[in-house]
Amino acid sequence: MSQSERIIVDRLQSPAERYLKSWESLLLLVAVAIFIANSFASPYFLNAWNLSDATFNFTEKAMIAFAMALLIISGEIDLSVASIIALASTAMGAAVQMGVGTPGLIMVGLGTGLLCGAFNGFLVTRLGLPSIVVTIGTMSLFRGISYIVLGDQAYRGYPSDFAFFGQGYVWWVISFEFVLFAIIAVIFAILLHKTNFGRAVYAIGNNPTGALFSGIRVPRVKFILFLLTGLMSGVAAICLTSRLGSTRPSIAFGWELEVVTMVVLGGVNILGGSGSIPGVVIAAFVMGLVTFGLGLLNVPGIVMSIVIGALLIGVIALPRLWEKWRR
Amino acid sequence: MLKRFLASREILLLGAIVALLVVIATRFPAFVAPSNLADVFNDTSPLILLAIGQMIVILTKCIDLSVAANLALTGMVVAMINVAAPGMPIVVIIMIAVGLGTLMGMTNGLLVWKLQIPPIVVTLGTMTIFRGIIFLISDGKWVNSHEMSSAFKAFPRADLLGLPVMSWTAIIAVILFTIVMTRTTMGRSFYAVGGNPHAATYTGIDVGKTQFRAFTISGALAGLTGYLWVSRYSVAYVDIAGGFELDVVAACVIGGVSIAGGIGTVGGALLGALFLGVIKNALPVVNISPFWQLAISGSAIIIAVALNARANREKGRIILKTAEHAT
Repeated sequence: MSQSERIIVDRLQSPAERYLKSWESLLLLVAVAIFIANSFASPYFLNAWNLSDATFNFTEKAMIAFAMALLIISGEIDLSVASIIALASTAMGAAVQMGVGTPGLIMVGLGTGLLCGAFNGFLVTRLGLPSIVVTIGTMSLFRGISYIVLGDQAYRGYPSDFAFFGQGYVWWVISFEFVLFAIIAVIFAILLHKTNFGRAVYAIGNNPTGALFSGIRVPRVKFILFLLTGLMSGVAAICLTSRLGSTRPSIAFGWELEVVTMVVLGGVNILGGSGSIPGVVIAAFVMGLVTFGLGLLNVPGIVMSIVIGALLIGVIALPRLWEKWRR
Repeated sequence: MLKRFLASREILLLGAIVALLVVIATRFPAFVAPSNLADVFNDTSPLILLAIGQMIVILTKCIDLSVAANLALTGMVVAMINVAAPGMPIVVIIMIAVGLGTLMGMTNGLLVWKLQIPPIVVTLGTMTIFRGIIFLISDGKWVNSHEMSSAFKAFPRADLLGLPVMSWTAIIAVILFTIVMTRTTMGRSFYAVGGNPHAATYTGIDVGKTQFRAFTISGALAGLTGYLWVSRYSVAYVDIAGGFELDVVAACVIGGVSIAGGIGTVGGALLGALFLGVIKNALPVVNISPFWQLAISGSAIIIAVALNARANREKGRIILKTAEHAT
């Protein structure tokens, strides 16, 4: 198994050096390289509207990824996020049939997300069950409920003002979703990097028992993190449902993988304890650019998933291979 | 002794399956006719085969989410080989299937062993990569029944002493792996590694190598099942057995395999798979929409893991009451 050896350096790197060698700078470099490669590969890439369209590839997933980043830093994981989207979307669809208006739909979407998150959080923190199995279970359960409700049917007929969340533009090419994504990024960056709560998340991820003995309410913090992940899945469900204008039980299928990939690509340690929100933001752009670039080159979706899968393994494998080779 | 036997997980589960059958039999006696039960067993055989492999992987504190994709890729490859060379003997086809599955299992194992990448990340990644490769080699096309040679399709259905070869494969695998897991050094080392990795290292067991072996076995079984699946259903396409990895994990968890490693038996995995198999086959009989199945297996996972946690909770002296939840 991996031995946890800590190397304490006696000569600290200068701040500039540390910044340049950080995962985030490397990732930024990759993002810029992909951007340049894309603009050479396709004449349609450097177009404000096309680029604006490209942001829809990652904004919804990234909203969940921010909450997921905190959850993974704390040493837990939630694989049910895509299924929460399906359930929240189904609940909103059902509400539409009952004649609920747009403000009500938002409440239903967020409420379903919170409830699902609370259910996961309850099972993990109160019953002490491993989050990976619990959320594999709720992943089937939540989407299963959508299938029971909808079967092979679909909900349509969302009110026209509901379309704003997924299709509206705030200013010129800047979509509402993109603005929401930016706001959520800032909120989570502050929460993780500038508050006691954020420090507690790191502490729990590095040593849960130590965190408990230093007075951190570990179960409560974890419960809140599951709630936040559920809430963000609810937000993503609202945006996605609004963008698509319909609900099927297969909505957002397989997104959990892409969200986890985004978080890991962003430099968050899958075993918990380290990671940053700026890293996840850059990772979101990298993934969005890759998907968009491949899309412009007419690469089918399933082949893109090879790239995503390889990216997930590659970003973890390469630094370790590099370490091995240097020794 | 008798008390321990009665309280054992396997007996409880067997009781639950029998009770389930009795309840169904009161309304639909035809369901428990021996021929129908044999059909149910045959239908559950792929799940049993994969659950055995998954159990061994979970014993070593890992998880293999790529089994269904491995199955689908192997199935597609042998189907395409059969179309290209219809005269190839079935023995060679089976050897190719097992070999290919083993190779994919070894890939997972090597990444876990040599680079110490968390198994969940590795297998989430390889899961999408394997699925993507199916699309690449098949161009998204189906291999249909009429393209396959009759010998290719006949093998798993061939009757041997009243049961199809498919069922016999599962029975032989259960017997073989029961012996391996209880009577061989390698089998015991899986338990040792999952029960206490540090102690296993001190007794001279290479933890990483043992995990590698577990993945290799899981891959080999998935490869074998790939051929059986494709030939039995006489069709191969990108999405066969989609989401089946969740059923496999569910079968293990229901069968009392602890996700924390070190606890589990082949008999448990068999019964867990049969439990799901009976439910799946009973749903259409008792006239419940198949759309319920996803939610039912999800709930079964959650209930089973909650029961496991209750049963396995250590009854030691608790110094700080909340500390047990923290870790």
